[in-house]
Amino acid sequence: MSNDFRTCPDTGFKIHLPADKLIKWNAVTAIVFLLIGGIFGLLVALTRWPAVHILPPDLFYLALTAHGLDVLLVWVIFFEIALLYFTSAVLLNARLVGPKLGWLAYVLMLGGALMTNVAVLRGDSSVMFTSYVPMQAAPDFYLGIILFAVGALIGCGLFFATIIVAKKERTYEGSIPLVTFGALTAAIIAVFTILAGAAILVPTLFWSMGLIAHIDTLMYKVVWWAMGHSSQQINVAAHIAVWYAIAAILFGAKPLSEKVSRFAFLLYILFLQLASAHHLLVEPGLSSEYKIFNTSYALYLAVLASMIHGLTVPGAVEAAQRKKGFNKGLFEWLRKAPWGNPVFSGFAMSVVFFGFLGGISGVMMGTEQLNIIIHNTIYVPGHFHATVVTGTTLAFMALSYWLVPTLWQKELFLPGIAKWQPYLFGIGMALVSTFMMGAGTLGVPRRHWDISFADAAMGFDFPAAAYLMMGLNGISAIVAALGAMIFIINMVGTLLLGKDKVPAAAAPEEPVAPAAPPASAATSYGSAGTMEVPGTFVLALIFLVSFILYYFVNWKYLASVWGLS
Amino acid sequence: MAIFPPKERIWWNTPVEKTEVMWVTIALIWALVMFFMMPYWHLTGDQNLSNEAYKISADAYAEKTEKMAALYKVREEGDTGIPVVAPPAGSDVYMLGRLWEWWPVLELEAGKTYRLHLSSLDWQHGFSLLPENINIQVHPDYEMVVTVTPKNPGEYGIVCNEFCGAGHHTMVGKIYVK
Repeated sequence: MSNDFRTCPDTGFKIHLPADKLIKWNAVTAIVFLLIGGIFGLLVALTRWPAVHILPPDLFYLALTAHGLDVLLVWVIFFEIALLYFTSAVLLNARLVGPKLGWLAYVLMLGGALMTNVAVLRGDSSVMFTSYVPMQAAPDFYLGIILFAVGALIGCGLFFATIIVAKKERTYEGSIPLVTFGALTAAIIAVFTILAGAAILVPTLFWSMGLIAHIDTLMYKVVWWAMGHSSQQINVAAHIAVWYAIAAILFGAKPLSEKVSRFAFLLYILFLQLASAHHLLVEPGLSSEYKIFNTSYALYLAVLASMIHGLTVPGAVEAAQRKKGFNKGLFEWLRKAPWGNPVFSGFAMSVVFFGFLGGISGVMMGTEQLNIIIHNTIYVPGHFHATVVTGTTLAFMALSYWLVPTLWQKELFLPGIAKWQPYLFGIGMALVSTFMMGAGTLGVPRRHWDISFADAAMGFDFPAAAYLMMGLNGISAIVAALGAMIFIINMVGTLLLGKDKVPAAAAPEEPVAPAAPPASAATSYGSAGTMEVPGTFVLALIFLVSFILYYFVNWKYLASVWGLS
Repeated sequence: MAIFPPKERIWWNTPVEKTEVMWVTIALIWALVMFFMMPYWHLTGDQNLSNEAYKISADAYAEKTEKMAALYKVREEGDTGIPVVAPPAGSDVYMLGRLWEWWPVLELEAGKTYRLHLSSLDWQHGFSLLPENINIQVHPDYEMVVTVTPKNPGEYGIVCNEFCGAGHHTMVGKIYVK
C-alpha cells in the first residue's frame, strides 16, 4: 500500500497517487468546461449588448442554455468533485476509497455532460438550464443531466467512505479539519440535491419519451428548485471551505473558533437546503406561509450562517496577520496582505463580492414581496453572477493558483500575468453583476433576445439607461472573459508545459503552507479563542449598514408601485 | 489551521471570543427583523400577491377571457386588430398569455380596483408590467387572481419575461390607465 503514496514536499501531506490522478483529471475537465461555458457566456453578453447583438435569436437561446449548463453545472461540480477528493484523501493523509469507482464517476459525468451538450447544440433542446415544462427538450438532454448527477453522487459516496476509512485507519487524530467539515457540508447538501433532481428529471425524461402524459408545471418547479437552488448551496458550502483553506495556506490562519465556524456549517445543512421557494414567490397556487418560511430558510438561519463565515474568515486572517506583527491601527493587517498574489487577491475579492453583491441582493430578492419587483428581470442573473462567479468561481480560481503548482510540483506557467488575472476577472464580473442588477431594476427581462422589440407587434420603450447598462454589461463581460482566458491558459500551461518545481527553489514570494508533518504533529497555532479582530468587526459593520440600507430602500421602492392584494 | 484537525481535541468547549459573540447576536437580530418584515407587510403594506388561484383548463380560461372581451370591447388596435377592453371598475378582468401575445389590451382607471385574472394557454409566461416593474409568473392550468389598483394614468407595457420559445422576445402586451 505504501507504494501508492508520495509525500508532498511543500506541505508534508501524504498523497494517495490514485487520488492525485483523479483530482487532476476532474480539475482539468472542470477548467475545459469553464472554457466552453465561458465562450457561450461571452456570446450571450455580446448579444444582449444592443449595439452589438451578435447572435440571431435561435442561436442566442441555444447559447444561453449551453452557458447555464456548462458553467453552473459542469464546471463547478467537476471542480467540487476534485475538491471532495482533495479534502478527504489529501487533507486526511488517507487513501481514496474505490479509485475505480472514482473513474466510473468521472466517465459518467463526462459522458452525461457531453450528451446534454450535444442535445443542446443540435438545436432541439434550447429550453434553458431550468427546462420548465411544458416546454420539452429531447430525451438525451435530460438523460445526460441524470448520468452526470449519478456520477457526482458516486463521487460524494467515495468522499464519505474515504472519511470513514481514514478514521478507522487512524490517518488523522481528533476531529476532521474544518475545511473537510465544510466539504462534508457541501457533500451532504449534494446528496439531497441529486435526489431531488432525480425525483423530477427522471419523470421528465419519461415524459419527453412519451411514457408519461402530463407533468404539472408548478410541481415541476417546486421539485426542480429543490435541486436547482440547493445545487448553488453546494457551491456556497464548498467555496467557504475553500476560503478557510486559503486563509490557512497563506497565513497559517486558525479559525477564530472551531465551534462557531462548524456551527455555521451545521446551520447550512439544516436550513440552506430548504430553499426552493426563492424561485416561486410570484407563482400561483402556493401559500404565503409556505413562501415566507421557505424563502427565509426558517427565520434566515442560513443567512445568519453566511454572516458568521463573513466575519470568521477575514477574522482568521486578521488574527494571523496581527500575530505576525501587523498590528498598527485597524487595517495594517489588510494593507500588508499579499495583494500581488493571485491566491490572496482572488480570495479577498471572492469574500467581498460574494457578501456585498451576491449576499445582499440575494436576501433582498428572496423576500416574498420584494420579489415582485425583480422576478425574472435581469437582476436575477446579476445576483447569481455575483454569487456563483465572483463568489464560487473566483474562489476556485484562487485556490487553483496554489493547488495546481503545489500538488503537481510545477512552476506556474505565466506567473507575471497571474498577478493581474483575479483583478481582471473579479472586477469584470463584479461589474457584469452590477450592471445586470441595475438594468433589472429598470425591468429589463432576463433570457430575452431583443429589448427593442423590433419584431414585435406592440413594443415597449426602455429608458436609455437600460440600453447603456446592457452595453456596459457587454464591455465588462469582455474584460471578465479575458481574465477567464488568462486563467485557463495559465492552468493548462502549468500542467502541460510548466517546469518541474525544485522544492528548494520554490519562489520566495509564493506562499506555501508551512511544512508540517502529517496531521498529528500539526500544533503550530496561536492562543485559541482570545484574539481581537477589531478591523474585521468594523468591516462587518460596514457590511451590515449597507445591507440594512439596501434592504429598506427596496421596500420603499416596492411601496411606490401599484397596489396589489 | 483549518486544513488540519483542530489542535484542541475538545474544541467544542473552548471559549468564543467576544467579537464573534457580538456579531452572531447582531446578525441573529437582523435575521429576525428581516423575517418579520414579510408578515408585517402582509398586515400593513399595499403590495402583497394574493393566494387566490384555481386549477382551470386552457379552453375554459380562453372562453372566460373572450366573453369579457366581447362584452366590454371599446375598439381594436394595430395591424393585428387586437381588442382593447375597458371593463368596469371592481370587476373581474381577464388576461391570457399564449405564444406569443398577451390578450387582450386592457383599459383601466387609475385609483380603481380590479380583480385581475392571469393564466396561460400553452407554456409558462412571465407577466412583467413596465415601467412599474411588477412581475408575476403565469402558468398554464392555473388561474391566478390578483387585486390590482393602478396608480398613475399612462400606457404600460407587458413584456414576457419567462422564456417561451423562438418568439419569446416578440411577446408584448399593453394596459392603458386612464
